[in-house]
Amino acid sequence: MYLYDQYDQAMVDARVAEFRDQTRRRLEGKLSEDQFKPLRLMNGLYLQLHAYMLRVAVPYGTLNSRQMHMLADIADKYDRGYGHFTTRQNIQYNWIKLEDAPDILADLASVEMHAIQTSGNCIRNISSDHFAGAAKDELVDPRPYAELLRQWSSFHPEFMYLPRKFKIAVIAAETDRAAMKLHDIGIQIVRNDAGELGAAFYVGGGMGRTPMVAPLIRDFVPLDQLITYAEACLRVYNRYGRRDNKYKARIKILVHELGAEEYARQVEEEFAHLLSQGIEPPLAELERIKNYFADPAFETGLPAEVDRSDPDFALWVDRNTVPHKAPGYVSAVISLKPVGGIPGDASAEQIHLMADLAEEYSLDELRVMHTQNIVLPHVRISDLHALWTRLETAGLGTPNLDTIEDIIACPGLDYCSLANARSIPVAQKIAQRFSESGRTAELGELKLKISGCINACGHHHAGHIGILGVDKKGVENYQLLLGGSEAQDTSLAKITGPGFDEDGIVDAIEKATDVYFARRSEGERFLDTYRRIGMEPFKEAIYG
Amino acid sequence: MKILTGNDLKTGAVVWWDGTGWSLHVDNAVDVGERADEIASREESARRVNAPYAVAATREDDGVRPAHIKDRVRALGPTVRPDLTLKPADPNIGDWVI
Repeated sequence: MYLYDQYDQAMVDARVAEFRDQTRRRLEGKLSEDQFKPLRLMNGLYLQLHAYMLRVAVPYGTLNSRQMHMLADIADKYDRGYGHFTTRQNIQYNWIKLEDAPDILADLASVEMHAIQTSGNCIRNISSDHFAGAAKDELVDPRPYAELLRQWSSFHPEFMYLPRKFKIAVIAAETDRAAMKLHDIGIQIVRNDAGELGAAFYVGGGMGRTPMVAPLIRDFVPLDQLITYAEACLRVYNRYGRRDNKYKARIKILVHELGAEEYARQVEEEFAHLLSQGIEPPLAELERIKNYFADPAFETGLPAEVDRSDPDFALWVDRNTVPHKAPGYVSAVISLKPVGGIPGDASAEQIHLMADLAEEYSLDELRVMHTQNIVLPHVRISDLHALWTRLETAGLGTPNLDTIEDIIACPGLDYCSLANARSIPVAQKIAQRFSESGRTAELGELKLKISGCINACGHHHAGHIGILGVDKKGVENYQLLLGGSEAQDTSLAKITGPGFDEDGIVDAIEKATDVYFARRSEGERFLDTYRRIGMEPFKEAIYG
Repeated sequence: MKILTGNDLKTGAVVWWDGTGWSLHVDNAVDVGERADEIASREESARRVNAPYAVAATREDDGVRPAHIKDRVRALGPTVRPDLTLKPADPNIGDWVI
């Protein structure tokens, strides 16, 4: 994985010192909250419902065990013994004291981590495929390109005050595991007919108040023009994106209002100009970065089969491991969704354990998934039983990847000052209902996502089943949506009709799954059946 | 009644104006009437509280109850982690929020 050079470390250390001074001045009264708020937000420090909340960046979701141990240490030393892994592959701490924040940032910097640009109207943490570097189906590892973009976008003086926040995802496989088309810019590394690698740019996607799937703006940008083209996309947005209305300020609105064709034309014009300015980093820099992401030394001649005589273990293998590009290895997903648990939460002890297991079984690597689980990307198949045994003991062996129990849920009104309704209790009730009924396995792949407000941190628009919590005259109410997808077949879910209370939404989901069981064709997932038969049969069952 | 709340500047903890200072417990909150802005401004300037604001509430048999669910969650703590609320020994305390 990428290691800081002296410039990276100097930048992060300088930022810690700067924030320490800013915090001191705030506590001494030399800065008002109005003056301090944008400074703390630039360092990932929010004020949430119960306390300050610190969002720590995990670039493209990649961590080593030393970093993971530090995340656990921070949870123990400065928080209340746990952390929350988010839908942008980051981690959040919910109980931070302002006076501790500079020390936390210093601790993070000691393991090459930070919280820079995890808030504010700037380019946020770059996300990517959580199986990058391991996936059997990837063209190349997308992370060197994500890292190049990270370096370009960190402290970019022109893009620190954009009209709104800006999110970029990079993938390099046909299977989209990063919700790429639901980002401000989605980049797919592709190969053209001449066999050359390049980047396809999808611009203007997003969820939130006005969900949109990003249109393809350019199907092939040569890799030695990647940064220049990204800069052109941002420049057009920075110049013409709306600053008069927060709710119309994201790039998706600009692309939609201009039309994809006109936006692309303006980008091409800016791109042509920028090409003459020589802003592209030399390819040697990309090659330097690629060296950090070279494949680890995978062993050869490893067994490809496991002893499946333990049915619980066999179920976990079937459900929570995915094929790897190296024979004899798999990527193993650690579910942070135990039935009745809080999606994405892990205790300090569990985080330490996952770090230890990464060191022992996964060549010292972990990944944070945007679905709020953790990946051990490089596990020998022969080690799976030992790994599973350790996970089971710690409550981390739940076999529910991509099932109705593997729910994405934002923190909701239990933690978030923006939320209108609680998300977590609804997730818990749904998981319990389906776990108790024993129908989870039969439902197969069913992605359920819950947001506690229209900002859609829980990706409800992209769920096969989505739930949006709203405030109905001071009472929590939940709207049901069907038909979304954040994969390569990206689609936006549609609202079924009037909303429900907390128990009513669980009943409604069960009725929707009854329709699926009654109407599915051979091999169809819930989403496939919905797309084939449409909304009406579901509405009839739910409201009829 | 109208009560005043905010977050402690140093710790971020949710606090309620009790007439002479800031309390962690909503039951200690007092009616600030028309004095909310005056108290908020003074206390913020003195760096004792961050982002203070007034909310509607009622005084009931078992204490002070903010009118909006968001402020009840603030007053108690996360309903999904009773162990982290101000009343960890009461298994049904989440019902007070709803």
